[in-house]
Amino acid sequence: MSSEFEPTILAFVCNWCTFTAADLAGTSRMIQQPNLRMVRMMCTGMVDPKYIVKSLLSGADGVLVSGCHPGDCHYINGNYKARRRVKLLNEILPQFGIEKGRVKLTWVGASEGNEFAATVNNFINEIRELGPMEARSMAVI
Amino acid sequence: MSRKIGVYVCHCGSNIAGKVDCGGVAEFAGGLKDVVVSRDYQFMCSDPGQEMIIKDIRQYGLDRVVVASCSPRLHEKTFQQACARAGLNPYLMQHCCIREHCSWTTADPIEATAKARHIVEAAVERVADHQKLYSREVEVLPDVMVVGAGIAGIQASLDIAKSGHKVHLVEKSPSIGGHMAQFDKTFPTLDCAACISTPKMVAVSQEPNINLMTWSEVEEVTGFVGNYTVTVKHKPRYVNADVCTGCGACLEKCPTKAISEFNEGLGYRKAIYRNSPQAVPNTPVIDGTICRKITKDKCGVCQKICPTGAIDYDMKETREVFHVGSIVLATGYDTMDPTPMREYGFGRYDEVYTALQFERLNNAVGPTGGKIVMKNGQKPESVAIIHCVGSRDKNYHEYCSRTCCMYALKYDHLIKDKVGHDTQVYNFYIDMRCFGKGYEEFYRRVQEEGVTFIRGRPAEIVREDGKLVVVGEDTLLGVNVRLPVDMVVLCTAMEPRADMTEVARVFGVAQGQDGFLLEEHPKLGPVSTATDGVFLAGACQGPKDIPDAVSHASGGAAQALALAAKGTVSISPTTSWINPDICVGCRVCVGLCAYSAIEFDERRNVAVINEAMCKGCGSCAGYCPSGAARIKHFNETQIFNEIDGLLGMVPGWLPPEQGEGHPVEIPVERPVEEARHE
Repeated sequence: MSSEFEPTILAFVCNWCTFTAADLAGTSRMIQQPNLRMVRMMCTGMVDPKYIVKSLLSGADGVLVSGCHPGDCHYINGNYKARRRVKLLNEILPQFGIEKGRVKLTWVGASEGNEFAATVNNFINEIRELGPMEARSMAVI
Repeated sequence: MSRKIGVYVCHCGSNIAGKVDCGGVAEFAGGLKDVVVSRDYQFMCSDPGQEMIIKDIRQYGLDRVVVASCSPRLHEKTFQQACARAGLNPYLMQHCCIREHCSWTTADPIEATAKARHIVEAAVERVADHQKLYSREVEVLPDVMVVGAGIAGIQASLDIAKSGHKVHLVEKSPSIGGHMAQFDKTFPTLDCAACISTPKMVAVSQEPNINLMTWSEVEEVTGFVGNYTVTVKHKPRYVNADVCTGCGACLEKCPTKAISEFNEGLGYRKAIYRNSPQAVPNTPVIDGTICRKITKDKCGVCQKICPTGAIDYDMKETREVFHVGSIVLATGYDTMDPTPMREYGFGRYDEVYTALQFERLNNAVGPTGGKIVMKNGQKPESVAIIHCVGSRDKNYHEYCSRTCCMYALKYDHLIKDKVGHDTQVYNFYIDMRCFGKGYEEFYRRVQEEGVTFIRGRPAEIVREDGKLVVVGEDTLLGVNVRLPVDMVVLCTAMEPRADMTEVARVFGVAQGQDGFLLEEHPKLGPVSTATDGVFLAGACQGPKDIPDAVSHASGGAAQALALAAKGTVSISPTTSWINPDICVGCRVCVGLCAYSAIEFDERRNVAVINEAMCKGCGSCAGYCPSGAARIKHFNETQIFNEIDGLLGMVPGWLPPEQGEGHPVEIPVERPVEEARHE
């Protein structure tokens, strides 16, 4: 694997927990690798699997979905819906040659700025290990 | 369709400009499709910054605006309002964050600038597809419902009633007052709890604007902010409150006994009972599970003896429906049952009491008439008070219960005062947290009274030679201690009510990690919840002492009154929408909706969103197999555009000095330079 490979990561984060945690990580000046691009959603429950697929096909090497801890959802149970969708997606994606590890679901609460920074850095490293997504070159839309 | 987009890049002093080349980003944005004006400025949120946007909207006829600055959680509203002042629909603005998520978290300036460009590009892509949205005003019903009539519920009800609004106060136990009615004294002033709470209880029962319902529970809540419909279940009291005079003759003659919940198991009550002689209302209630007349159709003494004929064994459960504008939850707390902590011997040793039991021992109308005596009738010669039982303990509750240090100090004083100053009192504490007004002074006073403080959580309590021995470590001296005492008081944790999950479900409020009801924001929204029109008061939100609970309750009352007084509330337009031309009527969304905001229109065979109830979580839109359900302001075209912007040029992108970069088209009107030198 080439050491020059810099992955591009897209994150779909919920406004109430992880986005707030990202703000907190920023306010606390927790340096993160610059590979992450964030899309603010109101709830992980609104993350349509096609957003994840679209991101992977359009150039993202990994997709992070992050919301409130189970039981903490601002919209009662949106995060549980996200959990099901990501789980199903992770069952399907390998059949198209996309490794399971490229789509990750995590829970980061609003007060966990350090957790957010750690999650981001770890995920970027994991994707860097995985290397560029080769399935994309084979995909025909 | 061609747009006229204005891009505004904020320096935030040096917060952004220190890492990101703001001028470069603005110049880059100027070259993006449809961008007609692109500026950078030191403080966009300031008055001149906002004026700049407003002036441009008018001068260049902008129909879309992108502001790249701090987090949208901070200033999205500010810039939306600025747009609105210029006559632009606020939802035609996109606020993107290049501070918290970019300049502050990226080490390298070149990378930070590159990231900022992508963020701005995504916002420009996204904003092109934004649509005008309009908030809706709905009417707010003037009445308020308060659930729980402890001190917090009482305070909230009185505050609301004073303003002239009607309050429906629901309490599940037979009388009001909550835990405060069980106390004897309150710290640190040593006010008699009854002397300050019973007048308030009477005030509630006499206030014409308060509809007090005891022995009742909220069964169902439907509706939305301003228009809640609440079904209240009245449990059968078997005593007609309209006729009963509260003479108490029935209480004396009833032959059936049960353990008294109000006395925390330290005494008995009859099958027909009231909590205390000061109970409000003073109408007794019959415990239908043990009353011999109700269970076995024998006895009937109370009915025979009642001078007013108030007893009615055939009373049935009834239901009543209320229409209220807002709801204040004041459901309170439970104290932890220390039985599972076997090491402390609660339940095994008679002389181990919980804090609430000790309160009842102190109370003048408690089981001992206010005397601190053990179950064998003897006065204790030495007492150990153990702090943080179940609090600050990873195995039980991680949080601090806030009140224990202070009530332990109160007990120290009361023991010295009531039992005698020669009584030895030992406090096993982890930290003393005396944070309130007059608290630290009280701590000092108790120390001077000769109370012993030992830092360290005891390991166990054993019985040796008829005495209890507290085994632990004094962590300040670094020695093990074995302390023989007569009586042990466990300062048990305040924990969420046992039925909190059910309460949270009924009212559509989330629970935090500890199980208490979750406030909207821990600092800036401690009384409101994520459900509009539902407010919190007192210890249902987290452990609180009386002053905090009362202030919190007044805060909740003020929020509910603000809604009621204004009479209307504006509902966010970022709700879901189901396109009836696409919907196939599969009804999956109906089951997915956590707020029951989706109804099925049988006639047209499509699902329909009730916008007033929809919170805009987008669960339906995220699933809808036919793509009929869409969430406004977060629809798929907007998200796709954003993804394109974020990814569009990531591979192989280099800063302009090092590579080709993004093709910059010079627009006709580009006052970037001029703006930068303002």
